[in-house]
Amino acid sequence: MKKVKVKHAKPAPKLKGLSFQDLLLTLEQYWTERDCILQQPYDIEVGAGTMHPETFLRVLGPQPYRVVYAQPSRRPADGRYGENPNRLYKHTQLQVIMKPAPADVQDLYLRSLEAVGINLKEHDIRFEEDNWESPTLGAWGIGWQVLLDGQEITQFTYFQQSGGQDLDPISVEITYGLDRIASYLQGVDNVFDVRWSDKVTYREVRLAEEQQFSAYSFDFADAGSIRKQFDLAEAEAARLLQLFAGLKSPAAKKGFPILQAYDFTLKCSNFFNLLDARGAISVTERAAMIGRVRKLATRVASAWLEQRADAGAKVAGPTSAAQVEGQVRA
Amino acid sequence: MTSDVKKSLKGRGDFLFEIGCEEIPAGMIVKACRELKALLEKYFVANALLDEGSAASSIETFGAPRRLTAIVKNVRLKQEDVVREITGPPKAVAYDAVGEPTRAAMSFAEKQGMAVSKLSIIMTPKGEYLAAKQEVSGKPAAQILAGVLPQVIQEISWPRSMYWTGLGKQRFIRPIRWIVALLDGKVVPFAFADVVSGAHTEGHRFLGSSKIALSGPQDYEPKLKKNFVLCRPAARSKKIETEIAAITKKHAVKVHHDEHLLEMVTYLNEYPSVIIGDFDPAYLALPDEILLTVMRDHQKYFGLESKGGELAPHFLAVINLPSDPKGLVREGHERVLRARFADAQFFWETDQRTRLGDQLPKLKAVTYESRLGSYGDKVERIRALARWLAEQWFSAGVSQADVAGSDRAAELAKCDLVTEMVREFTELQGVVGGLYARAQGEPDEIAWAVYDHYKPVGLDDPLPRNLTGCAVALADKLDSLVAFFAVGAVPTGSSDPFALRRAAQGIVKIILERKLPMSLSAAISAAAKALKEHAPKIEATEAVQKQVLNFLLERAKFLLREKGGFAYDEINAAFAAGADDLVDAADRVAAVKAIRNMKNFVPLAASFKRIRNILEKSAGGSERDHATVSAELLWEPAEKELHAAAQRIGEVARAKKKNRKYREALEAVSELRPAIDAFFDKVLVMVEDKNVRANRIALLGNLLKEFSTVADFSELGGEESRPA
Repeated sequence: MKKVKVKHAKPAPKLKGLSFQDLLLTLEQYWTERDCILQQPYDIEVGAGTMHPETFLRVLGPQPYRVVYAQPSRRPADGRYGENPNRLYKHTQLQVIMKPAPADVQDLYLRSLEAVGINLKEHDIRFEEDNWESPTLGAWGIGWQVLLDGQEITQFTYFQQSGGQDLDPISVEITYGLDRIASYLQGVDNVFDVRWSDKVTYREVRLAEEQQFSAYSFDFADAGSIRKQFDLAEAEAARLLQLFAGLKSPAAKKGFPILQAYDFTLKCSNFFNLLDARGAISVTERAAMIGRVRKLATRVASAWLEQRADAGAKVAGPTSAAQVEGQVRA
Repeated sequence: MTSDVKKSLKGRGDFLFEIGCEEIPAGMIVKACRELKALLEKYFVANALLDEGSAASSIETFGAPRRLTAIVKNVRLKQEDVVREITGPPKAVAYDAVGEPTRAAMSFAEKQGMAVSKLSIIMTPKGEYLAAKQEVSGKPAAQILAGVLPQVIQEISWPRSMYWTGLGKQRFIRPIRWIVALLDGKVVPFAFADVVSGAHTEGHRFLGSSKIALSGPQDYEPKLKKNFVLCRPAARSKKIETEIAAITKKHAVKVHHDEHLLEMVTYLNEYPSVIIGDFDPAYLALPDEILLTVMRDHQKYFGLESKGGELAPHFLAVINLPSDPKGLVREGHERVLRARFADAQFFWETDQRTRLGDQLPKLKAVTYESRLGSYGDKVERIRALARWLAEQWFSAGVSQADVAGSDRAAELAKCDLVTEMVREFTELQGVVGGLYARAQGEPDEIAWAVYDHYKPVGLDDPLPRNLTGCAVALADKLDSLVAFFAVGAVPTGSSDPFALRRAAQGIVKIILERKLPMSLSAAISAAAKALKEHAPKIEATEAVQKQVLNFLLERAKFLLREKGGFAYDEINAAFAAGADDLVDAADRVAAVKAIRNMKNFVPLAASFKRIRNILEKSAGGSERDHATVSAELLWEPAEKELHAAAQRIGEVARAKKKNRKYREALEAVSELRPAIDAFFDKVLVMVEDKNVRANRIALLGNLLKEFSTVADFSELGGEESRPA
């Protein structure tokens, strides 16, 4: 076949659109006005905003909660050395959790799009079936991807399980793909052309990261060393969980560092992603490693619930058959 | 309207039911509407709100992304009053000699909650009995429906439903946000998952009112239309088709007709409109398969062709808006498509840096199935099997069978699984490998074999276009079948997660339609050998192989019925005489069909059945296979004649059969009829004399055996027994 030569005909942008940072600020403002607390991105490498404890752990148990935060999310296998106009090693998610899910949450979401300058009557916006699932977190939910004129801009999920635990109440998770929305609003084909602020481009801010982290993931990562780090992080998380399991008194459990065990679990997940991108995982190992991370995640979830229950928080209803089944599945 | 009809419609009214929902997956709406109709029919009839005979025609259901709707005509607004008569003890037991009620009568009255004096005596065929007559007044329909409708909603089944108001509460496919339930203009009050039924619906999410008052079915459709919802799918698909026709005419292009996509966009939009968009013609240098997959499967666009049949640099998108006056939506869709095509182009260029065959080592790291090793392992097995098949065909006289070519194609077949393109567009597996093989200079025969090797996917899907493709396709599917059966993953009626039924269907379809000379059992055993010799070295026992063979034969029978138009008994008759060579078996099925209506044949089949019965009733049958007929013990003329006829006709039939002239062989067999008829007329088989009896049984046994090698006639005309 002939070599494809495409002129990137750039249509004159009709939408000037918000800068990347104004988009972020506007959405954070919008959701804080709807009783979400504004949290910060998690300070450990994660593949998605869902892995932030503000989602993974907060959706467990009965306490109502509302939170919004941005989460830079690393997907080593998606890295393209900054050469692909749409694919990124690290993209930025804006994550909203509402627990319990309000009945008008779709409307709340759609009004957030209006808030960033999208006229809903002039665009083709739709909710298309897309159920989300994370085998490493033992989490899944029912929902859609939201398409704006054919572009996926948001994942919208009613969580059903997290860490292998059936959830009650049901939380809704709204995950905006900020890089895509910014490209859309500004009418640019290449994410690196996005204006980060009025004076600085996305390229200037992020290109070096994309180049270097892609290079590391694909070309420089030392599989042996990463595998060792995976094992170490796993062992430390497991050690903590084991200690917790041996505790008898609620007082001792109360201050126990379950959160630290979760951090090590996240480390495992990131090391796994790196090994995967490096092509260093064999057949049997792949499924097994996912299973190892999931096992930690589900133990963290049940320890976290136990800790909260012993700390006096009310735990949702008696364990139902479905819950037991959920735990077995996990 | 006649007064009778008027009378019958008195006390009836129409019912409008709408389940308002967050967006229901497009592919599930049709089935949900069917279930909703069946459930309403069940409950309306069970509660005597509709009559059984007319219920189905009174109920109409239809759906759109945010609503499932039912309209039920002529619902009885109140159940009819009925007189219930309950029979008690016989009169003789109920009253004593002086006519006073006995204990039995009093306890019956108490049980019925009536005074004894209110009981009556009725005449039954068994005599006079005490009876309680009670008038039960019918309940209002609204009251019944309030109880029944939550049940109806809950009973609609979904592939994967969800909680939204909390664990253990009601489930549905997506959260329900409103419910309309109007019977004869009045709300039927009930609640489901915290939503209270009412008289208000919602229009289009962005263009319509979110609170539209309804009075019943009569204003439902027009009011929704005013609010930019076409509630009936037929109206939506018609609008789409009309607009597609207008646009394609205007731009002098043709749309690639796609029924599945049309249904999809019909159920993805409440107010669909069609817009045309363009893409850079430079992308037309990418293969059509890739462009169409991106447009159709990923973006749900219709691809367009120029009048010459070549892909044109335009697409049609169906949007959920009446129009796109500023071109904003078009611009957005064009940008998305540009990004998608840019991705595809990037994948193409990246993949071209590695030769397809050089991807092979990476397959070692791709799991085929946890118990069955990697794709690298599978490729080794497929190669061995593809070579074996080509060898078989070649030695059976199929001169274009290419052993080395089949091996090469099998080696390359799965390599595209680790390409960027297939990682992104998984549905293009095989196709991408074929395109790459061709771009990298593999011979056409091999490139097409790789391209086609997942075929045929369904009953109507074409076969791989060349013999090498058939070898790889068969090898791939046979390996799957034998391997999964070997680890016990046998499909059941309801579950077939590895699509083994489809694989088996593909195997028999290729063999039958391509008329490939081969032994099924030998092929299965070759697959078992490959499975044993290559990692992960799994054993498929004789029993497993037998199981696979039966599974394949069932699929072959199914195919011959569905596509060949043959009857159960024709297939069973021919298969009973052997089906290891499927092509040969199919020829015999055709021969049976061709001669079954000849005048001698039906009676002959009946005679063979009679013979079978006699043989089964006699000694259990084991000795009859070996018993030879002694000519000196034949003394009745009719049995002598039958013996002679069998030998004479047998020789003819054997010769015909040897030349695979099955129809002629069967025609020869049918000439046996007079001799058999005469035999049964004149000769008694079960005589006292042991030796004579044994000799006659031997005569019949040999006859059955000799003349059942093309088809077992005793199977013909039997009850149609469907395979389990």
